[in-house]
Amino acid sequence: MTPVLSVRDLSVRFRMRGGRHVAAVGGVDFDLAAGECLALVGESGCGKSVLASALLGLLPGNAQTAGTAVLTGPGDGPGAGVDLLAADERTLARTVRGRRVGLVPQSPAAHLTPVRTVRAQLEEALRELTGTPRAELRAAAVAAAGRASFPAGLLDHHPHELSGGQAQRAATALALVGNAPLLLADEPTTGLDRDLVERTVDELRRHADEGRALLLITHDLAAAERIADRVAVMYAGRIVETAAADRFFGAAGPRHPYARGLLAALPERDFTPVPGMPPELGALPEGCAFAARCDRRTDACRVLPRLTDGVACHHAAPDGAAPAGVGSAGVGPAGVGSAGVGPSGTAPEDAAPADAVPDDIAAEETTRA
Amino acid sequence: MLELASLTAGYDRRDPVFRDVSLTIAPGEAVGLLGPSGCGKSTLARVATLLHRPDAGRVTVDGHPVRGWRHRAPRELRTAIGVVFQQPRLSADPRLRLRDLIAEPLRATGRRAEAAGRVAELAHRVGLTDDLLSRRPHEVSDGQLQRACLARALVLRPRWLVCDEMTAMLDASTTAALVAAVEEYRREHGAGLLAVGHDRVLLDRWCDRTVHWASLTGAPAPAPAAEADATAGAGV
Repeated sequence: MTPVLSVRDLSVRFRMRGGRHVAAVGGVDFDLAAGECLALVGESGCGKSVLASALLGLLPGNAQTAGTAVLTGPGDGPGAGVDLLAADERTLARTVRGRRVGLVPQSPAAHLTPVRTVRAQLEEALRELTGTPRAELRAAAVAAAGRASFPAGLLDHHPHELSGGQAQRAATALALVGNAPLLLADEPTTGLDRDLVERTVDELRRHADEGRALLLITHDLAAAERIADRVAVMYAGRIVETAAADRFFGAAGPRHPYARGLLAALPERDFTPVPGMPPELGALPEGCAFAARCDRRTDACRVLPRLTDGVACHHAAPDGAAPAGVGSAGVGPAGVGSAGVGPSGTAPEDAAPADAVPDDIAAEETTRA
Repeated sequence: MLELASLTAGYDRRDPVFRDVSLTIAPGEAVGLLGPSGCGKSTLARVATLLHRPDAGRVTVDGHPVRGWRHRAPRELRTAIGVVFQQPRLSADPRLRLRDLIAEPLRATGRRAEAAGRVAELAHRVGLTDDLLSRRPHEVSDGQLQRACLARALVLRPRWLVCDEMTAMLDASTTAALVAAVEEYRREHGAGLLAVGHDRVLLDRWCDRTVHWASLTGAPAPAPAAEADATAGAGV
């Protein structure tokens, strides 16, 4: 079956003042099928949101991308998909955003237009994306709200009159209007309380079960565990491990030392942090970016490890080893498939200068001019 | 003791956020306060840190009844309580380098001379490098900025610490690192803690006892036994 989204060797770097570069995303490969949920997890500043922006064509002008991200719709034959990285703005604006990729945003309060009611925004999206005739708009807006469990009684409210959970549903309703085969949820649960997190991700899961592909970008491991089929761990711009979710969170556990550390930091496990902090994306080491924080570091780590069998580490735990903090042993090889990940590629080389820097990259920048 | 007795507070006198809420924290005790969003737990945290005047009720800090709030609170009470908020971006002056952000409470209380030593010590404690200390908030990640906000809360060596959803925006590793830094400080200085949050697993792991918001309203009696963790040495 053709995946809905097929990402190969995706890299993003930003040109900074003084000719320096910030490598935000490097050599990312993954496939995502209809009905499947892939959770992309990692610390803040690891490049997750840059990856999401790249898939929507929303990177600032000083970003340089390499690789491919092919989106194949249900009606497309093999090879007929759109490469999101190569498509021009007109194609992205008219055929991709909202129509083929729905974005569930991080901060719905900031995503919704503050001066218009939810109904007005839904009706506008319906008119633009589905061409619903004016006479049917009102009923269609109610139906669209219902698909995201947004209460019809609140349709005439402005965004500031909604609670966090209600605003999240309004934003989700907007993301679903175009019936896009790919849903991209960028930290959809930040700042919500646990009940609301569970309700929000359960609804996202329901939309995946209806046949959409769901890319869930989050730092909330509990949310990922709840709904994901597969987990991809990102560190310093690279995917360092991909695994089936039941294996990742189960007795077998992750194999990369960073992924094991991240899980062990959970309060229900060891509650001990990974020592140190992530490296600056503007000054990544030559070899493994995690080596400085890793207790398995050897000379071999001076060479960048390639993603092989779902893990990019010279000293990965063997398949089936029990992770720290779980304490179970004797688990056999999990027998997970390749998890849709190809071999890691080379660094980007092409260039296209510009000015702006996205916030989370600027956050990683030093003051040195 | 940090005593919050029969508090009614809110932003509209006719429609307070909560009525008749009581909570007492013993010296050195860590209390987790659980509640859904919008229940008023952050407002209670603001009252406990003397940042919001309640409509009714009493707050007593180490035997001193509180009579003034915000800038009207006496300095010795204000400096006895450190506070860390949920959103580091909204609680950090964007113009200050992290070094100055952490030292600001010392400047504000005329103890500028101690700044260099205290900042170096606290930076080490919360895991900030020298390079990060010379940056401004927009040049660091949320996790790094929250580390600085925690250092700022500890710089005056408070006897009480209030953490209002301190880790809600953070990943698991940064959460564990910040909680470890808080606990190290509390072990050394015997400070009491009010940790407000919605993550029961986290608060149960972190605190001596966890109380649910619903158990605080109406009854000035102690929290029900079911909500209290048996490891708590101190009384309710």
